[in-house]
Amino acid sequence: MSGIGTGYDLSSTTYSPDGKVFQTEYAQKSVDNSSTVLGLKCKDGVVLACEKLVLSKLLVEGSNRRIHNIDRHVGVAVAGLAPDGRMIANRAWDEAASYKRVYGEPIPGHVLCERVGSYVHLFNLYWSLRPYGATILLAAYDKNGPALYAVDPSGTSLRYFGTAVGKGRQAAKNEIEKLKLAEMTCREAVVEAVKILHKVHDEDGKKFELEVSWVCEESGKEHQRVPADLLADAERQAKAALEDSDMDD
Amino acid sequence: MLPRPTTHSKALGPGVAGPELAVATSAVLDRPPQPGAHLPLSGAAPCAVDPASLHDPRQHTKYPMVTGTSVMAIKYKDGVMLGCDMLAAYGSTKRYKTTQRMYRVNSKCVVAAGGEISDFQHICTLLDELTTDDFRTDDGIELTPQEVYAYLCRVLYNRRNKFDPLWNSLVVGGVAPDGSFLGMVGMIGTHYTDNHVTTGFANQLARPLFRERQKDDMSEEEALQLMYDALKVCYYRDKQSINKFQIAKVTHAAGVSISEPFALDVRWDYKKFAEPTKWAVGAW
Repeated sequence: MSGIGTGYDLSSTTYSPDGKVFQTEYAQKSVDNSSTVLGLKCKDGVVLACEKLVLSKLLVEGSNRRIHNIDRHVGVAVAGLAPDGRMIANRAWDEAASYKRVYGEPIPGHVLCERVGSYVHLFNLYWSLRPYGATILLAAYDKNGPALYAVDPSGTSLRYFGTAVGKGRQAAKNEIEKLKLAEMTCREAVVEAVKILHKVHDEDGKKFELEVSWVCEESGKEHQRVPADLLADAERQAKAALEDSDMDD
Repeated sequence: MLPRPTTHSKALGPGVAGPELAVATSAVLDRPPQPGAHLPLSGAAPCAVDPASLHDPRQHTKYPMVTGTSVMAIKYKDGVMLGCDMLAAYGSTKRYKTTQRMYRVNSKCVVAAGGEISDFQHICTLLDELTTDDFRTDDGIELTPQEVYAYLCRVLYNRRNKFDPLWNSLVVGGVAPDGSFLGMVGMIGTHYTDNHVTTGFANQLARPLFRERQKDDMSEEEALQLMYDALKVCYYRDKQSINKFQIAKVTHAAGVSISEPFALDVRWDYKKFAEPTKWAVGAW
């Protein structure tokens, strides 16, 4: 990998001869090497799911939060460098709070996504700053309905029906394409998301935790973590499905 | 548009939107008058203008416009109970008859207000920002009623110190792990906690009833009856009230519930009230 961008990759203000900004690409690679995060936009809401590798047996369960509440109706899942993602989430909170102060209503998803996108892009413009090594998946439920956005380290923000980032993104995206998201409720989508995460998890014996959140009709249009019983049920179904497919093989 | 910070500003204190400096420096004051909306470019000062307002475009609250009347609250066995009517009066006019003067802060705390309704709406916005902050950190910790009470004390006292008060008498009621909580904060920052608190006319009318009948271990039926009696007395004797009330309950078990509006049985057919002069000395 080293040697590809020799000389042109030292600063984010340098283009390479073939038009790439290597620092941004390297930031993207940092995200691609992190654990998988996926988002699904369904009929009645959005589901975000993170696979969290348990780095040490000494960690308290549920620590290393990857999903943050931004406002009551917006949540964010972080892939890549966790502290970078935390900075972006804090900025998203500032934007949401200031929008509410000025306009008196909760920030619409597309406005927040644009503001976060231009904030992340800022860090690709100046020599003295490095690009954020984090992609955030933004789940919002505003008066226009539910929406899922992804903002990557270059500052590109795109709107998705379903997407995945991180190590297992290719396999996860293949699985997501098979789903009929427009007809699914969030309850069903949680089960599907957990199944996909279990499926694409690298089988190197490392334990992993799941962090799943939703914003949907059932949650009162508020972004919150999925109820524990639903998550447990989804994990059971996912493990059963894995065993079935193992047996088939 | 740059957002103007209206809360948590270190220089100005919470809840205030002002120009860059709270006290204008001599550089600002000694400036020659700049052309502006209130000054024509020719340089002549318009007539009949209060000179002080030329330097300071901010207005300070001098009197309230749309007001709510008394609030009363008691502790009982399961928690606390707050009661008030639903009127926002415009001077003597009973203008808005469905104003909810109670605000649910979180699952453990309610704030009710008398006084200027717009200032109360501003207070609700501040509390909403605090609550959303709690929601955002997502660690299961909510503001306790004591914390809400202390915060509101500071906000109101700081505004009073700037001669620009939030013209409210607030009652903060709620439950905490160490018991139920009731506090009152006045517009100049006066505050106290007690087993029963009242604002406005209820100070004179409901407090004697509470002193006699309120007990910390009274049952819910007894507490409701006491509250109904207090609300009724206040309605009879306060000209700026209507027969439409709400009662908010905060309990350890069930959290906050604000009731639907209800009316009380009141009589206006007392003979001496219907024909007051008939019974007066010297009448015929």
